Amino acid sequence: MSILRAENLTKTYQSGGRTLTVLNDVSFELQPGDTFSIVGPSGSGKTTLLGLCAGLDRASSGSVYLNDIKLDTLSEDERAAVRNQYVGFIFQNFQLLPTLTALENVMVPLELRGEKKAGRTAQELLERVGLGQRGHHYPTQLSGGEQQRVSLARAFANRPKILFADEPTGNLDTDTSANVVDLIFELNREAGTTLVLVTHDLELASRTQRIIRIKGGHVVSDTYTESTADLRSGQ
Amino acid sequence: MDRILPKVPARSVSITDPWLWKMAWRDSRRSRRRLFLFMSAIVLGIAALVAINSFGDNLSASVDEQARELLGADLVLTYNKTLNKKTEAFLNTISPERSNEVAFPSMVFFPRSGGVRLSQVKALEGRFPYYGEWEVQPSAAVARFRKAGKTGERIALVDDALLVQLNARPGDSVKVGSLMFLVAGRVMKTPGQTAVTTTVAPTVFLPYAQLPETGLLQRGSRVTYRSYFQFDPGTNVDAYIKTFASRLDKAGINYDTVTERKEQTGRAFTDLTRFLNLVAFVALLLGCVGVASAVHLYVKEKIASVAVLRCIGASGRQAFLIYLIQTSLMGLMGAVLGAALGSIVQLILPEVFGSFLPIDVTVTVSWKAVAQGVGTGLVIAVLFALLPLLVIRKVSPLRTLRTSYEEDVTGRDPLRWAVYGAIVLAITGFAYWQIRDWKMALGFTLGLATAFGVLTGLGRLLMFLVRRFFPVSWSYIWRQSLANLYRPQNQTLILVISIGLGAFLIATLYLTQTLLLSRVQLSASGGQPNMVLFDIQNEQKAGVQQLVQSHRLPVVQSVPVVTMRLAEVNGRTVEAIQKDTSSKIPDWALTREYRVTYRDALIDSEKLATGKAQSLRNQTALISVEKGYLDRMRLKLGDTLTFNVQGALIPTVVGGTREVDWNRVQTNFLIVFPNGVLEQAPQFHVLMTRVRDTQQSAAFQRDLVRRYPNVSAIDLGLILRTIDDILEKVSFVIRFMALFSIVTGLLVLSSSVVISKYQRIQESVLLRTLGASRRQILLISLIEYMLLGLLAAFSGIVLSVFGTWGLAYFVFEIPFVPDFTPLLVVAAVVTALTILIGLFNSRGVLVRPPLEVLRAEV
Repeated sequence: MSILRAENLTKTYQSGGRTLTVLNDVSFELQPGDTFSIVGPSGSGKTTLLGLCAGLDRASSGSVYLNDIKLDTLSEDERAAVRNQYVGFIFQNFQLLPTLTALENVMVPLELRGEKKAGRTAQELLERVGLGQRGHHYPTQLSGGEQQRVSLARAFANRPKILFADEPTGNLDTDTSANVVDLIFELNREAGTTLVLVTHDLELASRTQRIIRIKGGHVVSDTYTESTADLRSGQ
Repeated sequence: MDRILPKVPARSVSITDPWLWKMAWRDSRRSRRRLFLFMSAIVLGIAALVAINSFGDNLSASVDEQARELLGADLVLTYNKTLNKKTEAFLNTISPERSNEVAFPSMVFFPRSGGVRLSQVKALEGRFPYYGEWEVQPSAAVARFRKAGKTGERIALVDDALLVQLNARPGDSVKVGSLMFLVAGRVMKTPGQTAVTTTVAPTVFLPYAQLPETGLLQRGSRVTYRSYFQFDPGTNVDAYIKTFASRLDKAGINYDTVTERKEQTGRAFTDLTRFLNLVAFVALLLGCVGVASAVHLYVKEKIASVAVLRCIGASGRQAFLIYLIQTSLMGLMGAVLGAALGSIVQLILPEVFGSFLPIDVTVTVSWKAVAQGVGTGLVIAVLFALLPLLVIRKVSPLRTLRTSYEEDVTGRDPLRWAVYGAIVLAITGFAYWQIRDWKMALGFTLGLATAFGVLTGLGRLLMFLVRRFFPVSWSYIWRQSLANLYRPQNQTLILVISIGLGAFLIATLYLTQTLLLSRVQLSASGGQPNMVLFDIQNEQKAGVQQLVQSHRLPVVQSVPVVTMRLAEVNGRTVEAIQKDTSSKIPDWALTREYRVTYRDALIDSEKLATGKAQSLRNQTALISVEKGYLDRMRLKLGDTLTFNVQGALIPTVVGGTREVDWNRVQTNFLIVFPNGVLEQAPQFHVLMTRVRDTQQSAAFQRDLVRRYPNVSAIDLGLILRTIDDILEKVSFVIRFMALFSIVTGLLVLSSSVVISKYQRIQESVLLRTLGASRRQILLISLIEYMLLGLLAAFSGIVLSVFGTWGLAYFVFEIPFVPDFTPLLVVAAVVTALTILIGLFNSRGVLVRPPLEVLRAEV
């Protein structure tokens, strides 16, 4: 059973009376535990593709199956429920709720699921990302790297089957980036989560097993990286 | 395989979910002060509602408690002719405890101060008032006055208002008719009387026994007689009076009991408090418009957070409920604060309404009024806040990926229309609850919508004009300030509406007051008479004319007046017509006392409308009647009217109708007889003259009252002063209520400045980074607020000028020329307040260095 299946995804917008195709007939399939990068220049359609795969938006045509659930027929609220159950997110600009403390930010997905021990689980996750002492700080009191680590803890809080990361290091300096990236891959391995990464950074992309390149809304290449080959040969 | 939904979120989406409340609390952390500030806009509206309602409740409780003091007795009989012996004897059987009063208008003269004025004279015998305190200074004067009937002491008690006006005091003498009385006491309050009644007709109380000697009671005088009765405690007055009510009716005696007076007073004040409630409600609605605009900005700020919540799995409903809970709780706090403030404000209301209150009001907290105020305020505030909150339901999680993502959230949301409908329903419902009349309630809603609509239209027009004719050649500071008026997220409209409505109320009040005064003043202009002398007896006519001429005053008009009652219309008696339920002739027209004159020609304030002027034909009097009177009486030319003149029946035929200009100080009559019919009837004369100034007026009146004490003079100056006094008292009450609207407008201004502070700080930092000085930034803000204030004041004043013009044209039918100087003062004050509050709230923007501002969490 695949965890994510995109079938002939096309997304068009109306702009100034013209139809603009930002994604054109994209298909792929991911297995549980896969790590996967979408790369391409600005405006190539990679964030659009991520949005469609995560159920944040609907395709103009084609279908997305997430954990075998067909997303296109669901309402926005039903898709929200699916996200809460199966999906974790990491954003370029962290997207922490500014009025909530670090701990509360991590608790929200758990609380939305009605989990009773949300506080304890969130605290453990914060400790896992090295911020056990910073739980009561507000996002503005944390550095960029720390904020992204809180965001990581939040993304893993609901033990997602799939993690979507949109330029997770885009707003971080080189050293901090390296730390955050290591943490993403570590947590991903520990939890056996599928990782979908959107990035400009080819070095970062090369750490995933598979890379698709998009240009002008088309998939121009779909390759398996060396690390994948190593991994596969190791198997 | 297409699987539908797995077993996903367990959370119920209901307002009772504790997590929603927890999130609402957490999320409000950084914005509680701001949230409270914009909810504070409703505080004053609710305070006004609670204050008025509490006051109304306390008033009606006090009316119940002090009902007997309103009347001063258990029963009052009123009649305007002397009773025959039989009826008089019957009255004595009603109760052993009876007081009598004779009241009539007359000139009174204070020789020491030289003051002279037409006043109400009341000759009193007995122990009235039986209930309530007759407040007289010194208090011993009351007992002295009551004994005066027996001791023969010539003393009078005089209303404080009259003593103050004529610069007199206890110990002075007052001349009433041909007698001189010693002023023994200053009357501060008479049971049942209000300050307004004493302003209109200040009273001089005399001992009843001494009245005949004054020589004032002559035939034709307009006298009202009253008998006051006290019964044993426990007497059921209403049941008792039923046993002889028909006998009183037959004798032409009106009666008034405590129950009736209580109902009348209660009704009058319920009407007043309901009207004021509507004024208070306008302040609340203004606040709610402010709340809606503030919540709109707040929601815009929160959209990023909502998108994140949506992204990690919250439903649209959950996100919406979080913010609904937040705003409702703040609304509740605002409402409770408003109710507390209202309960304090009502403590001063007895002072505000003092002149209109016939009783002392005991002030306590009315929990009913508090509950009503909090309920109304909360419902309306939440309804208004719902409009911008609805957007939250539709926020797309895609915003987390694309900050520039703009979905169509304001489009055709059916719930939005439902909220609009609920607001209209709530406003109309509230208005109906206050005035109990659907038509008027709808009228109120419509009027309000028109005022809001016109102000919105004016605001938009001005924004459009600034944009369209943008002065590109002006300095940067001016251009930036002007551009701020129409930039995105501007507050122009909301401020024009809220401050404009406040300015409108104040300006309209002022314009209407001057309009009413000018109506009276107008009638005095252009050589028109401005003093009327009446109650001149036949034998005094020549003497009074001579006196007028000796003061070098013109006799503009001198007319005889005969009083009479209607006996028959087209052969049917008045009693028969009254009993006929199908008759459309109004009752007042049948029972009133007619004052009629006789002459053959028309005068210059009259124009013949139909038929002929009054004349005598074959011994039949062809009378002329006022045109409107003919219609109201359902009469036509040729109909017959029979009048009773002191017992003699005089048949007449309606020969013509006249159009009468009532707006002049002139003796105008509904009915005019021809010469040759009434010459021998009991009559008095009215003479009109024109005085140049107050000194001449006073000198003449002093002379008149010395020589002809029964003749009364009324000059236009007195009427003007009285109207001015009353309007001053009424407008004080309305100004007090308008204050709530103005201050609400200023609160809305404060909150919108604070809410848009973030944007302003960013701009200011950018400008300062680019090299702008603090002074330049201060000037930009100053000019912007000045323009906003001017715009709002101008819109309000324009609306009020048109409104008052409509009132002048359609209601008062007089030309309206607004005096712009005071309106400019209103505009200047409103603008100055806007600048002050605007700058005060944005002071933080200016004093912080750019770097600190850039880093700060705003």
